[in-house]
Amino acid sequence: MNKLLIRRRKVTNTVALSMAVGAAAFGLFWLVAILWTLFANGFDAISLDIFTKMTPPPGSNGGLLNAIAGSFAMTLMAMLAGTPFGILAGTYLAEYSRGSKLGETIRFINDILLSAPSIIVGLFIYEVMVRPMGHFSAWAGSMALGVLVIPVVLRTTEDMLNLVPSTLREAASALGAPKWKMIISVAYRAARNGMITGVLLAVARITGETAPLLFTALNNQFWSSNMNAPMANLPVVIFQFALSPYEDWQRLAWGGALIITVAILTLNIVARLIASVGSSTTR
Amino acid sequence: MVQATHKRQSAFIEDAFRIACYGAALAVLLILGGVMVALIEGAWPAFAKFGPDFITDEVWNPVTEKFGARAPIYGTLMTSIIAMLIGVPVSFGIAIFLTELCPGWLKRPIGTAIELLAGIPSIIYGIWGLFVFAPILQQTVQPFLIDTLGPLPIIGALFAGPPFGIGVLTAGLILGIMVLPFITSITRDVFDTVPPMLKESAYGLGATTWEVVFKVVLPYTRVGVMGGVMLGLGRALGETMAVTFVIGNAHRISASILAPGTTISASIANEFTEAVGDIYTSSLVALGVLLFVITFGVLAFAKLLLMRMQKKAGR
Repeated sequence: MNKLLIRRRKVTNTVALSMAVGAAAFGLFWLVAILWTLFANGFDAISLDIFTKMTPPPGSNGGLLNAIAGSFAMTLMAMLAGTPFGILAGTYLAEYSRGSKLGETIRFINDILLSAPSIIVGLFIYEVMVRPMGHFSAWAGSMALGVLVIPVVLRTTEDMLNLVPSTLREAASALGAPKWKMIISVAYRAARNGMITGVLLAVARITGETAPLLFTALNNQFWSSNMNAPMANLPVVIFQFALSPYEDWQRLAWGGALIITVAILTLNIVARLIASVGSSTTR
Repeated sequence: MVQATHKRQSAFIEDAFRIACYGAALAVLLILGGVMVALIEGAWPAFAKFGPDFITDEVWNPVTEKFGARAPIYGTLMTSIIAMLIGVPVSFGIAIFLTELCPGWLKRPIGTAIELLAGIPSIIYGIWGLFVFAPILQQTVQPFLIDTLGPLPIIGALFAGPPFGIGVLTAGLILGIMVLPFITSITRDVFDTVPPMLKESAYGLGATTWEVVFKVVLPYTRVGVMGGVMLGLGRALGETMAVTFVIGNAHRISASILAPGTTISASIANEFTEAVGDIYTSSLVALGVLLFVITFGVLAFAKLLLMRMQKKAGR
């Protein structure tokens, strides 16, 4: 009787744990499957042309130069707009608002914004920028992405500043440094690697965002350096080309998909490496 | 004298810096408020014209300018339910594997790989889902479901009809993969907060690993795990591009989950730039308001649960 029970418990244990291993394999399988398809379909499309030519009309040769440049321009603008807000707000939460109601509310709201659907941000910018201005523009696209940057940077900045030991702060204050100086030359310096990680993760996050750009930056078949007009960008070009019936457009979409994924995964890994270097030297 | 001006200067920078931080923090609240006001304003014509019927009506007809959100709401909920059915057990499995079974040197690479799933942009899931995943489903999984589950009473209706490849089930499955990293990462974090003493006591009494997980770790972390699941749900509800590729964008409610449908986010993404007429655009923004309210509620609930868990871990 007792032996039976023990055997049953052992069998349950083995079955359950095998399923856990299976679950991990299941998760890894999809990562490999997706990357495999991307390389299998996208590798052929990658050539010098893709980086030097404009998006073509169907049936002719071309590349993704205007889309890549557009993505770069809008990502840069979004980072310039969003990063300062994120860092300063994170500083407020970590350094100025210990235990205050306002701080808690902002932290709560920020965590929700962090996971909120990005298409909502697209609609928001459409209502406040595109509609009043009367046309789609790269500025609107940049602002939509910028709004997405803030929660990511804010969160990592606050977390990293919270890791800075308070003895460091007290030492700076004991030497007579005013608070702003203590924050900038001591706290920021100690948290630097973590904060850089946050910024890189924000770049990775917005590089692949499509939904907020659909009705803000729209798209553009041609080269454009005018931020006040619709601008081509990789995600929307991938979206349009992939759903088109033309084979050469679909091929370019796969190429673009490969470029964007490799870029984002590289950013993610570099960000992690920087973070781990930081944590091992401070400890 | 010199010292005094220096001091004044420093006090000025001090104030300026503090106000800048304060202002940036308030900007977060302003963004949230701005999103709400702007969306409600944009959606007002639709809400005023259709009233509460907007939520319950199934008709979506740009020609007669009659719009109802029932089909997209149904699609959003159905795809998210399928996603949770797949995503939750698998995420638990991965979290158990990472915290209890995995040898130390493998923890980081496997953990990072799972987290990289979250880094892949949703448009990539979409293009992969449309060109690779959907055809495979159409040829293998869907005919199998139709043959085996289709003839059954009650649930049979869910698996009726021809295998389209694209549709509600395909979108739900892809969402299930996409929420894995989010639920896994939270579940894993809260599993790690269980005091080793508790687990070791159970092991000391002769419990198996599974019994420790099921009877000690899970009860201890219940609230946090629920928070993680809710967070995953919030992600699934709002996911746009991946769903847009594979759901088929059909404004109707089919009994079968193999049939094409639509979700709130997919409708907006598909139709917004092509919408002509104020009431059409406004109806799409109204869909956005609904999505915002639903996801905000779910995410706020998730956050409350996680805060309760944090308090417990802090004690």
